[in-house]
Amino acid sequence: MSNENPDTGKKLIDLARSVYDYLKSGEVPEFVMPSRNRENIVLDPMYSVWRYGDSKVTRSAKYVDGAEYILKSLYMIEFILEMIKGSKTSTLREMYYISEGWKNGKFGTQDESDIMAEDLEVITSLMREDFRLRPEENGASVIGNLTIEEKNRKGEFKRINCKDDVGEGGYNIPYNVDQEKLKVVSSDADFVLAIETGGMFDRLVENGFDERFRSILVHLKGQPARSTRRLLKRLNEEQHLPIYVFTDGDPWSFRIFASVAYGAIKTAHISQHLAVPTAQFIGITASDIMNYDLPTDVLTDKDQQALQAELKDPRFMNDFWKSEIEAMLKMNKKAEQQALAKYGLDFVTDKYLPDKLSGPNDLGE
Amino acid sequence: MANRHYTISEGKEISISEFFEKNRHILGFDSPQKALYMIVKEALDNSLDACEEHQILPEIKVTVRKMEQEEFEVTVEDNGPGIDRKEVPRVFGQLLYGSRFHSFKQSRGQQGIGITAAVLYGQITTGKEAFIRTRKKGEEVAYDFKLSINIKENRANIIEEKPVIWEIPHGTIITVRAKGKYQVGKQSIFEYLKETATVNPNMSLRFEDPDGKIFQFKRVVERPSEPARAIKPYPLGLEPGEIISMAHESSASTISGFLSGDFSRISRNSAEEICNFAGINPEKKPSEITLNEVKSIKASLDKIKILPPSADCLSPLGEEFIRKGLRNIYDELHPAFYSKPVMRPVTTYNGNPFSVEVGLVYGGDLPNDEPVRVVRYANKVPLLYQPGACATTKALSEIDWRSYGLDQRNGTGLPFGPMILFIHVFGIRVPYTSESKEAIAPVNEIAEEIKAALKSAARSVKGFLNKREKRKKISEKFRLVSTIIPEISEKSSMITGLDPIPIEPVLSKVANVVFINESFEPSEVGILVKLVVHNYTSLPRSFEIIADPPIGDIVGEKGEFTVKDLMPAANVTFTFKVAVEAGRYPGTDYYFKGIDPVYVNGAEPLPADWNIAKTDVEEVTEDVK
Repeated sequence: MSNENPDTGKKLIDLARSVYDYLKSGEVPEFVMPSRNRENIVLDPMYSVWRYGDSKVTRSAKYVDGAEYILKSLYMIEFILEMIKGSKTSTLREMYYISEGWKNGKFGTQDESDIMAEDLEVITSLMREDFRLRPEENGASVIGNLTIEEKNRKGEFKRINCKDDVGEGGYNIPYNVDQEKLKVVSSDADFVLAIETGGMFDRLVENGFDERFRSILVHLKGQPARSTRRLLKRLNEEQHLPIYVFTDGDPWSFRIFASVAYGAIKTAHISQHLAVPTAQFIGITASDIMNYDLPTDVLTDKDQQALQAELKDPRFMNDFWKSEIEAMLKMNKKAEQQALAKYGLDFVTDKYLPDKLSGPNDLGE
Repeated sequence: MANRHYTISEGKEISISEFFEKNRHILGFDSPQKALYMIVKEALDNSLDACEEHQILPEIKVTVRKMEQEEFEVTVEDNGPGIDRKEVPRVFGQLLYGSRFHSFKQSRGQQGIGITAAVLYGQITTGKEAFIRTRKKGEEVAYDFKLSINIKENRANIIEEKPVIWEIPHGTIITVRAKGKYQVGKQSIFEYLKETATVNPNMSLRFEDPDGKIFQFKRVVERPSEPARAIKPYPLGLEPGEIISMAHESSASTISGFLSGDFSRISRNSAEEICNFAGINPEKKPSEITLNEVKSIKASLDKIKILPPSADCLSPLGEEFIRKGLRNIYDELHPAFYSKPVMRPVTTYNGNPFSVEVGLVYGGDLPNDEPVRVVRYANKVPLLYQPGACATTKALSEIDWRSYGLDQRNGTGLPFGPMILFIHVFGIRVPYTSESKEAIAPVNEIAEEIKAALKSAARSVKGFLNKREKRKKISEKFRLVSTIIPEISEKSSMITGLDPIPIEPVLSKVANVVFINESFEPSEVGILVKLVVHNYTSLPRSFEIIADPPIGDIVGEKGEFTVKDLMPAANVTFTFKVAVEAGRYPGTDYYFKGIDPVYVNGAEPLPADWNIAKTDVEEVTEDVK
């Protein structure tokens, strides 16, 4: 199942070659790449998603940190090349454990090795899948009238309807949802509803929301995995389905929406593959908390810091988010989507969602 | 030696024993937890004072046994000079009998109350008598006493007295039964003994706790501590009442003779001068002095120049005791650093001479994220209670420890970090916050001296931390050129399949220094040190290295090494041995000469005053054989 970019091996060897060339000419090796932080994301007008800007960081072997960084990336390149040769894949976690044997290139934490894998994507313009690295968790689940074909271990495409061929758990999104692995055959729905929590996903399934409202339900499982976002993107592009995002009302949920709609800061190098700029937020807002008089929790210090940070985040710089974030800070409260149960188990499907879906677009678009 | 009876002259008669019975908290017997600790403390303080005075190396046994219910039996045995059998009733059975009650001298006990109070407390809570055995130096036999206190009359009841054969040539045992609670932790008998062992490294102490567990604190200094000398009272520190009673007891026939003869630092001339100032006839009899006259004498003392009290009336622990004492008790925590003990000069508050000594232990197994530990002492006695009220705490929290590289929330209060601060305040009349002598009164002059001493210790820990940081940076840089970059080169040629390339030009670009890098391992004689010198510059280098271990000596060599024409990318290794215990080797200091300092990493330029510095270093090393 070799479906990576055929240039992967060459691109990785070229990167190692650049290090070799520095040394050969008596120069100190260095890597230059975009800085991957909030200050360096800009709106890409072509795709309407947020991507890395022009600010660069240099990792130089002149310093211990930089030298270790370069060495670690060389070890990782060597590891990926071996996997390509042996037609193997590995989870990010497995790679982290394998790095135990990498002498001075050993990682301190899995976070560090995960970030390094992303850095390699940024430097080589390749994708993690090209590196045969996959995340620990698969994507989340889908329920609704959607028919796909997924390639199984024998290499055959198997047709699955996400309403009739699955159990209550729904269709499990695999880690690789690219064209070669997963084909979107057809759908009979008007929109996709992406839901933050499992509890609410189950509630909507039990209430038969997908059939009553001709929709496809996608469970985001908190901050959505790449494959989940990629599938949302494909449903939007290929089936022309609008995407609605239904989350809790707290700063972290706002970020979940931002990563679906605008692109996540960590993966801004591949935003054009993952982000759905037309996605709409129908999660709990500060206004909902007041209008519906929802049960709430007081914001923690961390919540407040997160909201303050969002006020400075370029992705949230529009009137809707500015006023919602400020309102939330002012009322100093947050609420879960399941707080809607205050008005009964059917309230969310009978009243809240229909109102939100038919009402004027929150984003004023 | 004064031997005074305490009499109550007027009003309702109440003996001092009776008074204490009703007010036991005043002397520290205010809770069952504290009672057992107080008994041990009073007995042990007396033992150590007596041993010090008679230049005996203390050999102490402390036993606490659980009897019935909440009753315990506390026994303290010493090898002190012993007590004359005629003195026993007064020493143990009469409050305010104290050989030192009137002497002007630094000592552990001060008021002659402590041990009798312990006997009395035991008697009140259990109804049982105290047992005493004592053998005076030179006597044929020891005497055993069973003794209680006649509370109404403040005197001892001897219930039994008999001579016995005792194999110990001299010493005293006291056993008191008392109600109490045995506890462990910060304010416990064990902690008290441990801290006492710290400041008495010449003591051998065996402690048996109520579970029968035995702790042995070993003797690490084989000489008695320097006893404090009694001096005549220093005039500036006295209250008018004290001067009057001195005048009444004086054997001088005139006031001028009394002033020059019974006080320190008053000469015959200044005595005349004082009388002139005060408008008193110098020939008057001292016993006829009036309160007003004493007041004018005190006033004139302020105007006349009197020398400060002489320093030798005080008995400091001294550098050796502090250093060895701290090592003896705290080495099990494997500290990375002991500061050189700080000794402040003798100064006065209200005319009372005092001084401060400070020690500091850093690193090892001490916790990083807790407030530092403070061990407080007044006149060689550990203070376990009331740290909040103590001058030491006041001084501590007024220092900005952050400027010494330590963690301190908001820049006030106790610093945080892996550190023990050892503070000893000693003097004639150290002021306490209460009669039970649990905390040093935060008198300004004393707090300032403590602060000065602490700051000086803090500077030394800062020096240590800087040095450690520097060493870490150097070894990181060394790892960069010696292993990381070679590994990068190896990996890049492996991945690309291209020939390995020489990386020396890159290494000299990254480093461009000569690295002097030490590694060491224990050997049969001390520590085997391997000194590797790598030339990561682009030219051949020649220079001298001088090795100087901060503790221990280099075995059989001068510790001077010559690097001759060391080529770029080449290295040379020197080995030598340092006579020091394995766990204690802190790394050697290296100096160099004959090369531009910008090209050296891992050593310092040889200081211009090298020989002077050398003697200083030798003084520090003297404790390691």
